[in-house]
Amino acid sequence: MKLGSDILPSRLKSIITKLNGPNTLGNSRVFWAAFGVGLLLLVVQPLIRGSYAAGQFSLFLAYGLLGLSLSIIWGYTGILSFGQVAFFGIAGYTYAIVSLNLGGALGPTVALPVAIAVATISAFILGYFMFYGGVRNVYVAILTLVVTLVLETFMAQTAGAKWAIGSVKLGGFNGIPGIRNFTLGVGESSFSLSGSEFYWFVLAVLLFAYLGSRILVNSKYGYSLVAIREDEERTAMLGYNVKKVKLAVFTFSGALAGLSGIFYANWGNYMDPSVFTITFATIPIVWVTLGGRESLLGAIVGTVIIEWLRKWFSINASEFAIVFVGLILMITILFIPRGILPGIRDMYVFFNAHGLREGIEHGRDTIQSRAQTLLGSVGIDISDSETPGSSEVMRE
Amino acid sequence: MSAPKNMGVNQQPAVAATGSDREAILSTRQLTKKFGGLTAVDSVGFTVAAGEIRCLIGPNGAGKSTLLELITGQLSPTQGDIYFDGLDLTALEPHERMDAGISVKFQSPHIYESLTVEQNLRVPLQRTDRETETVLTDTLERISLAQQANVSASDLSHGEKQRLEIGMAVTLDPKLMLLDEPVAGMSIDETADIAELIRSLHDDGMTFLVVEHDMEFVRKISEQVTVLNQGSILRQGPIEDIESDDEVRRIYLGENA
Repeated sequence: MKLGSDILPSRLKSIITKLNGPNTLGNSRVFWAAFGVGLLLLVVQPLIRGSYAAGQFSLFLAYGLLGLSLSIIWGYTGILSFGQVAFFGIAGYTYAIVSLNLGGALGPTVALPVAIAVATISAFILGYFMFYGGVRNVYVAILTLVVTLVLETFMAQTAGAKWAIGSVKLGGFNGIPGIRNFTLGVGESSFSLSGSEFYWFVLAVLLFAYLGSRILVNSKYGYSLVAIREDEERTAMLGYNVKKVKLAVFTFSGALAGLSGIFYANWGNYMDPSVFTITFATIPIVWVTLGGRESLLGAIVGTVIIEWLRKWFSINASEFAIVFVGLILMITILFIPRGILPGIRDMYVFFNAHGLREGIEHGRDTIQSRAQTLLGSVGIDISDSETPGSSEVMRE
Repeated sequence: MSAPKNMGVNQQPAVAATGSDREAILSTRQLTKKFGGLTAVDSVGFTVAAGEIRCLIGPNGAGKSTLLELITGQLSPTQGDIYFDGLDLTALEPHERMDAGISVKFQSPHIYESLTVEQNLRVPLQRTDRETETVLTDTLERISLAQQANVSASDLSHGEKQRLEIGMAVTLDPKLMLLDEPVAGMSIDETADIAELIRSLHDDGMTFLVVEHDMEFVRKISEQVTVLNQGSILRQGPIEDIESDDEVRRIYLGENA
């Protein structure tokens, strides 16, 4: 906090410095400029593409929160969790049950904090038993997946009148329909969010969650997350209470996933057990891997790209949607193993240091050599001379 | 993160039993660890005095590393107690023991490969209330890695990684430093660097407990030596006495001294 600066109030200035740090990839002016442009495009999107398109897109942004939660727990802390969708679903169901039981404008307003609390507490309980029970590494992945699948089985059999909470029937496979749009405020002053307004609201929440997560990972606390990911035993032997840190992060990311689930329930006005299926449990892993799991923004960007593509494919080539997504994932892992955003960042750093021409050459060489090793490993041999686009052409 | 500073568990003043007049900083009482039918550490009672460099030697399988892991809390004892600085450690978690003033360097380098040298040192410093920047500069100087402060830790040589890990432990300003074979796999020059580093930290008042195989190195740093054999203490005393002891020579030094 520098008191000398008069352009910005000192508190705002200190928040801005907290956003940047060694644990996030983009800290430069260029990054923030690009971020600003991207954000602006997102903000004006409903005005250009219309309210309906914005409404469709708001689901991707809602999923962005789920991707963000996985990036924090997996990318930063090294805990692979399939359970994010469990907290997503728990929050969605809670929101549905509470808001429909209370009804009116009051319902959604009360349901929002209650649903977040239930997701957070669920994450805390599961996390407590896992981390304090000594469950580690791949067993966390298995256990979280099992919990999710058990929830699927359980919720799927809740058909019939006896499975009701208050006036709301859980509905088994058919789920809970008729969830009311998001409403803020009480009584006369309340207003319901749909279309563009809902889009802007989700965008604002995602922006805050992203900036908040940046502050978190760049804080003292963030160091301990990265340290646990890199070497858990060493970190404990430097005096860190590893179990406690893991539990706290797991709980926090459960809350984020829950928030995402609430938006999901709002978006479709509907909640069913498909959110607990293995397909949905693995999709966040794909988003985050594609975007770059050690990058918070990468996780969000990856989510939006994949979901946008899935949507596009499901309209234009329905049965192949998941195949294409798999293909994209494979190509990304092979050519930019760290993910899209870290890949772009590495490219930018290289171009900056070596100039455009050398940068292009380097990029081409990298892709060529990776493709060669790849094809070589399946028995196809291409030598340099046969590869089109040689350096002479590029130099012209 | 809350650092439990005063864990007033069983305040028990431990007095050095080795005849040294210095106050004991670490003592064990009937410390035993059994793995199934194997007794790795068998009723060991030993004491490290404040300010000394104690070396722990013994043939492979003598229980040296097990003893160290009992002290750090990675293993819990089958029987017996460990006292450190007037505190009963036995029921404490590893991180609580580190809070109490113990630091450890593992046998193979455990550092954060994806972070820079400086960031590696910042990780432990984050949780102390020490003057971060000053300690950072001092430590980098001390472990002779000031030039490489911004180098990725994965690019360091084996010897540099070992020094970095000692540096990480040092930033916590421990009362007792545990080193598990600090010069394993190191060149002669690197070994000399480590010996010098240990001596200089010792001059500043740090107590050391070092598990080591290399007798040359033990001679360089140590005053007091404890010999373990089959989980029990065989001999204890000044290095000269140990090296001239017939039984020690037969069991341990026979082949390489």
